[in-house]
Amino acid sequence: MTRDAADEQHDAVTCTGLTYTFGETKAVAGLDLSVGEGEVFGLLGPNGAGKTTAIRCITTLLPVPAGMVHVFGHDTAGDRMAVRRLLGYVPQQLSADAGLTGRENVALFARVFDVPRRERAARVEQALTAVDLTEAAGRLASTYSGGMVRRLELAQALVSAPRLLILDEPTIGLDPIARTGVWEHINAVRAATGMTVLVTTHYMDEADQYCDRVGLMHGGRIRALGTPIQLREGLGERRRAEGGPADAPLPTLEDVFREVAGSGLDDQSGGFRDVRSTRRTANRVG
Amino acid sequence: MSEAPAAPRTVSADRLDPDGINLLLSPPEPRAGWRLLPARVVAMCAVELQKLSHDRTELYTRAVQPALWLLIFGQTFTRIKAIPTPGIPYIDYLAPGIIAQSAMFIAIFYGIQIIWERDAGILNKLLVTPTPRSALITGKAFAAGVKSLIQAVVVIVIAAILGVSLTWNPLKLLGVGAVVILGSAFFSCLSMTIAGIVLSRDRLMGFGQAITMPLFFGSNALYPVSVMPGWLQVVSKVNPLSYEVDALRGLLLGTPAHLALDFGVLAVAAALGIAAASSLLGRLAR
Repeated sequence: MTRDAADEQHDAVTCTGLTYTFGETKAVAGLDLSVGEGEVFGLLGPNGAGKTTAIRCITTLLPVPAGMVHVFGHDTAGDRMAVRRLLGYVPQQLSADAGLTGRENVALFARVFDVPRRERAARVEQALTAVDLTEAAGRLASTYSGGMVRRLELAQALVSAPRLLILDEPTIGLDPIARTGVWEHINAVRAATGMTVLVTTHYMDEADQYCDRVGLMHGGRIRALGTPIQLREGLGERRRAEGGPADAPLPTLEDVFREVAGSGLDDQSGGFRDVRSTRRTANRVG
Repeated sequence: MSEAPAAPRTVSADRLDPDGINLLLSPPEPRAGWRLLPARVVAMCAVELQKLSHDRTELYTRAVQPALWLLIFGQTFTRIKAIPTPGIPYIDYLAPGIIAQSAMFIAIFYGIQIIWERDAGILNKLLVTPTPRSALITGKAFAAGVKSLIQAVVVIVIAAILGVSLTWNPLKLLGVGAVVILGSAFFSCLSMTIAGIVLSRDRLMGFGQAITMPLFFGSNALYPVSVMPGWLQVVSKVNPLSYEVDALRGLLLGTPAHLALDFGVLAVAAALGIAAASSLLGRLAR
């Protein structure tokens, strides 16, 4: 597939008033979001904030009406196959097939993305190399540690050269060392390929460290948006304006989130509008 | 967990040699529309064969039941001559029925695998590849067919050892393979359809148990249709297993069979099964 000119003008992901309802529950309630090409965007929020549902709408797993979600300009309602060819997706569960070897797991995704046979083995090896799994590739995935399974899933997603990598809670349940390992591999691959990364997490420290921009989600909507440092400085300023000590340490992203989730402010409230207005000018890594 | 937690050897962006992952920079060309379906079928069958090559336990344990049917039921009823089988020993008559039965037993529980894949996130990941739902189900159906076929080979060998006089005509054996695959494609789709309705492994187990015996006893696998009471003859007439057994008998033993009708019914049943299971796959993805 060529990266045609039409694609270049579009953001990687655009959600416009995205709403998704399970029975009575509004899991996503009017989500507006744009993720620029090449950035690492973190969708943050507590369990039940609607992150996973939003991701499932973007990945075409959940049907949404036309016009709500675009991936590189392709509508997920009408142009599913085109959207899927641009995506690499790592779901929340450890989803490698334990009955297959690492190499076979990756080869399956090479096949279903139509990698021609003459190129398949080489591509699979490159994907395994990119996540440092060449040595373990011949072993069954059932013998892998959690961190290795995550890296294997990353290789499965990378084998089709996606332009948008979507990771749903990639480090959930991993020990700190494995978490760092997963992130370093994501970063290395991103640096080498320039792909866009959309990641959900509820670890604020990870988001602060690894995301170019974050959106804090609560109750099915984005409540604050910007670079981690913008959000933290914004909160620091508000606290000083409210009479806090001038020499207080910079609030953490977790403080920002506590304020957003705890205060029940909606997006009409003053302080956040500034943050939201920065989203268009936010730093983009290209 | 045979490798120490993965990460201490950190990978940095500059260590990931861009030449080493050059293939991961360009997405594969989409396959032409008509080649997509066979490619997905091959991909799913390859996975099934790879899994079987790593763990043959199921192949051996599943051989026990058909062996007992042939050895105990077959030999006993051959001796007491309770079931009229024109011109051939009862065990010969029984062998194709047991081949069909053991193939059906594998296929009828195939839906459990798809629910397991759903729970493990594997199904979602496959649904985010450029694979239409019908192609995924067709692939799974034929993968179940391949698994059943290997089982059928085992039963044929057992039958041959027990002295059943089977054909070794390669063309007829090819036909046997086609019949087993088509039959299992239908029963696996029946199973995946129920999976799409009940959505849980336990309930599917219950359904599987509840329908296998009626399908088996309500067919011509154990006795000719002519000795059945009228109502059971009706059941047998609408039961695809009867057509599978009829074709297998015709091909393996050379008894009079309605091969064209059998193949026709099995092909239509498989196609309807694929349509039904594909339309319910969305419920599993939700």
